[in-house]
Amino acid sequence: MKLIYEQSRPGRRGVRVPECSVPRAKARIPARLRRKEPAALPEVSELDVIRHYTNLSRLNFSVDTNYYPLGSCTMKYNPKVCEKVARLDGFAKLHPLLPQLRNGGMLTQGALKVLYELERMLAEVTGMAEMTLQPMAGANGELTGAMIIAAYHAARGNDKKRFLIPDSAHGTNPATAAIAGYGVTPIPSDGEGCMDLKALEKELSDDVAGVMLTAPNTLGLFEKHVQTICRLVHEVDGLMYCDGANMNAFVGRVRPGDLGFDVVHLNLHKTFATPHGGGGPGAGAVGVVEKLRPFLPISRVIKRDDGTYALDYEAPQSIGYIAPFYGNFGVLLRAYAYLRMLGAEGLREVSTHAVLNANYVRVKLREKYETPYDRMCMHECVISARRQERHGVRALDIAKALLDRGFHAPTVYFPLIVHEALMIEPTETESKETLDAFIAAMEEIAELAETEPARLHAAPVTTPVGRLDEAAAAREMILTA
Amino acid sequence: MGHTTYVPHVEEERAEMLRAIGIESVEELFGEIPREVQVERLNLPEGMPEIEVERMLRALARRNRTDLVCFLGGGFYDHYVPAAVDAILQRGEFYTAYTPYQPEVSQGTLQAAFEFQTGICRLTGMEVANASLYDGGTAIFEAMTMAARCTGRSRVLIDQAVSPIYRKMLHTYSAKLRIAQEEIPARNGVLDQEAMSAALDDRVAAIVLQNPNFFGCIEDYTGIIERAHGVGALAIMSVYPISLAIVKTPGEMGADIVVGEGQSLGIPLSFGGPYLGFMATRKSLVRKMPGRIVGMTRDAQGRRGFVLTLQAREQHIRREKATSNICTNQNLCALAAGVYLALLGKQGLIEVAELCADNASYAHERLTAIPGVTRTFKAIFFNEFCITLPRDARDVIGDLIDRGFAAGFPVGRYYPGMENVALVAVTEMRTKEEIDRLAAALEAVV
Repeated sequence: MKLIYEQSRPGRRGVRVPECSVPRAKARIPARLRRKEPAALPEVSELDVIRHYTNLSRLNFSVDTNYYPLGSCTMKYNPKVCEKVARLDGFAKLHPLLPQLRNGGMLTQGALKVLYELERMLAEVTGMAEMTLQPMAGANGELTGAMIIAAYHAARGNDKKRFLIPDSAHGTNPATAAIAGYGVTPIPSDGEGCMDLKALEKELSDDVAGVMLTAPNTLGLFEKHVQTICRLVHEVDGLMYCDGANMNAFVGRVRPGDLGFDVVHLNLHKTFATPHGGGGPGAGAVGVVEKLRPFLPISRVIKRDDGTYALDYEAPQSIGYIAPFYGNFGVLLRAYAYLRMLGAEGLREVSTHAVLNANYVRVKLREKYETPYDRMCMHECVISARRQERHGVRALDIAKALLDRGFHAPTVYFPLIVHEALMIEPTETESKETLDAFIAAMEEIAELAETEPARLHAAPVTTPVGRLDEAAAAREMILTA
Repeated sequence: MGHTTYVPHVEEERAEMLRAIGIESVEELFGEIPREVQVERLNLPEGMPEIEVERMLRALARRNRTDLVCFLGGGFYDHYVPAAVDAILQRGEFYTAYTPYQPEVSQGTLQAAFEFQTGICRLTGMEVANASLYDGGTAIFEAMTMAARCTGRSRVLIDQAVSPIYRKMLHTYSAKLRIAQEEIPARNGVLDQEAMSAALDDRVAAIVLQNPNFFGCIEDYTGIIERAHGVGALAIMSVYPISLAIVKTPGEMGADIVVGEGQSLGIPLSFGGPYLGFMATRKSLVRKMPGRIVGMTRDAQGRRGFVLTLQAREQHIRREKATSNICTNQNLCALAAGVYLALLGKQGLIEVAELCADNASYAHERLTAIPGVTRTFKAIFFNEFCITLPRDARDVIGDLIDRGFAAGFPVGRYYPGMENVALVAVTEMRTKEEIDRLAAALEAVV
C-alpha cells in the first residue's frame, strides 16, 4: 500500500479550521522565531485518510479477527463497553491539572473515586497492602518497583549491590535492575523448569537487594519453591519482586502477597483486559507490602472521613514522580469497568479457564511436539520444535505456517532456556472449537515438517507480504518516507 | 461458573476438556499450588452486568467538572480532535493487536508507525524518529541517558523553565544513575543563556531546553546550542508539536535530540493519560536511541514491507546492557497522532497553530488591560502566557471556578516567589465570546 505521504495532492484538505474570530493582536510571532518552510505533511481528504487507515488495519491480525495465542502477552478479548466508558466526555475531557487548583480534588471526584477503588480492588487481588496506578506500562512498573526496593534499602542504610534474576526471565527484568542502579546475577533453572535452589543459596548474601521472579514463571509453571525462596531472600533482608505479567493464571485464586512477595506489578493490558493497542498504551500497576508504603510514588489518592477523595502530595520518603499525573487513566478506567463486571467469582473463572485451555492445548500437542516440561502448566504451555528441527523445520517456520492458516503465531524463541521454543497462551476467552482448530493446524504442520518441509520454509504465502528482509532493513535504515 | 460471559465454555465442553487432560475437576489444574496459599473468594464487589457498569460510570463521569471553560495548559492542551481520528482508533484490527512480532500480519501497525515517524521528523526538522515512548517526561529522561551514552559524560544542565512536572520525574528516574543534573534558573521567563554558558564545560553530556517553555515563551536557542556543541555536549529540546507548524524547528536550531508530549496531536486529555512521548534525532545517533523503530524493507518477491529494526539495542536482546528497559511503545496514541497529522495536513496544522496564537494574543491583550493585571514577561509566546495578578493566583483562579472557568494554572505551586502569577493557555477551541467572558469574570474577581 502507498504511504499516506505518497497520496498527497497539493491543495487538498482533510479538515476545515474555523476562521479567526478575534481581532489580530499586536504580540505576534516575528519571522526570526518562525520556521522557514511548512512541514511537509500530507495533503489529503478525510476520505483518503479513512480509507487509507481502514485498509491498513485490514493488514493486521488482531484479537477481534484472529486467534492470537501469543505467549506471555495474554491476548484475551477486550470488552467493548470498556472502550465506550473511557470515551465519556466526563473522563476523556478531564484536564489532569484540575486537582492542583484550589480545592481542586472536588472538581474530579468521579475520577478520583475510580482510582481509589481500583487501587483497593487490585490490592485485594494481589494480597498487597497498597497499590500505585501510575506506571505507564509493565516495564515502567518494574522500574517503579525496583526503585521502591532501592529506596527501602537506602532508608535502612543497607548497602545492596545486585538483583538475582532467573535465566528464564523477561528481558525487561535485568534491563530494569540496571536502570535502578543494580548489578544482575542470573540464576539457572533446574531440570523441572523452576529456579535452582542450590544455585540461589550459593548466590545469596547481604549485598542482594532482591530477587525478581515471574509467577507463574515464563515456562508457564508454578514456581514450586517460591515460599522457600521468599524465606531465604528475606533472611538476608532482600525483597521479593513478582513480575505479575502472568497473573492471568492466578487471578481470583492465588495472591502474590500470600506467597511471600513484597512487590508485584500487574500488566492491566493483559490480565485486566485492556487492549494492547498494537504495542501500548498499557498500564503497570504496582503493589507493595505495608513496610514499603512510604516509598510509593507521589501523588496518592486518599479517601477522607467525609467520603470525599483527595490527592496527597506529602510523602517525604517517596521515590518521587514517575508519571506526570496519575498514570494512564484511560487504561485504568477500562480495567476498573472490567473488574466491576467480573467481581470475585468472574475473576476466578478467568484463571480457571485460562489454565484449563492451556493444559488442553498442551496434552493435545504432546504427541506431535516435544513438551520439555510435561507437567500441569498454568495459563500457557511451552513446547519445543526439536523434533521438527531434525527435518530442517524451525520454530520460526511453524510460526509462519500458522499465519497462513489464519492464526497468529505463539511467542517463539522465548524463554531462552528452551531450545526452539514455542510459547502458547490461549487465554480464557477462546472457545474449545477455536482451540481444536488451532491444534489441528499444529498437527498438520507437524506432518508437513516430515513430508514437505520446503512448504513450511516458504510460508507465509497468503499474507500481504512474505518474510521480510530484516537484515536489509537494519543495513539500509530507511526510517522515514 | 457463569459469572462472566467472556468465558465461552459450556459445561459439556469443560467436562470433555478435563477428560482429555486426564483429571476430574478444575481444582486439580491447580494441584501443584499449596492449598494454604489459595484463596476461596476475594473480598471484591459483586460482579455486575454491562448495563449497570455503564450506568455507574456515567454517574461518576458527571462528577468531573469538564463543564469548566478550559484555559488550563501547562503542557497538556484542550485541542479539537476530528471525529475521523477516533473512527480509526476504534478499528479492532488496530487496538486489539499487539506489538508487530509477526510483521507479515502486522503491516497495518508497522506502516502506520513508519508514517508517524515520518510526521514527527517533518514537524521537528530531524532525520529519524522512534515509534514513540510513554510520555513527554519519560522521553526527556530517555534523551538524557541517550546523551550520556553518546558522549560518555554524566553532567546535564537543565533550564528551569523546562516543565517542573518533568523535572520532578527526571529527578526520580535518574536517582540511581550517575547523572548529575544542574538546574539553571530562568531569567525574565526565559533561559538565562549567560548562566548556562558559564556552566558549560567538557563534562557536560547535554543541555535540556523546552520550546515553548513552561511559561509559554518561545525563543531561538541556536546560540546556546552552538556553544554546547563547542564543548562536545548535545542539545536536548522538548517541544509542543502543534507549535512546530509555525515556530522555528529544533532541527533549524541545531538540536541533537528532540522529544516532547504528543497529546496535542489528536489525543484526549483523559485526566493525565495515556499520552504520547516522541523522540527524534540525527541519523548518526540512531543506534543510541531507545525505543522501537520501524524500518522499510522488502520480501523475497520485492514487495515493500515494514519491520521493527535495529532491535539489537533493545532489552529482549541486550538485557541489562540495553539502551532502555522500555518494551512497548505507546502505539495506539502514535496512530492517533499519525491520523491527526494526515487529517490536518500541511495547511490545516498551520491554521490551527495560527488560530491558537491569535486567540492567545487576543486573550493576553484583554486580560492585561484589566486594572491590576500585568504582563509578567516580555518574551514572545505561542499560545500560553503568564499574567501577574494583584493577589494570590491560586485564590483568583479558585474564585473563577465558581464562575465556570478553569482560568489557568497558579505558577507559584512550582516556582516559589511567583505566587501572584497565572499561566493561561488558549487553543483553537476557545471562542472570542469565551475569552471576553473570562476577561469580564477576572475583572470582577480581582
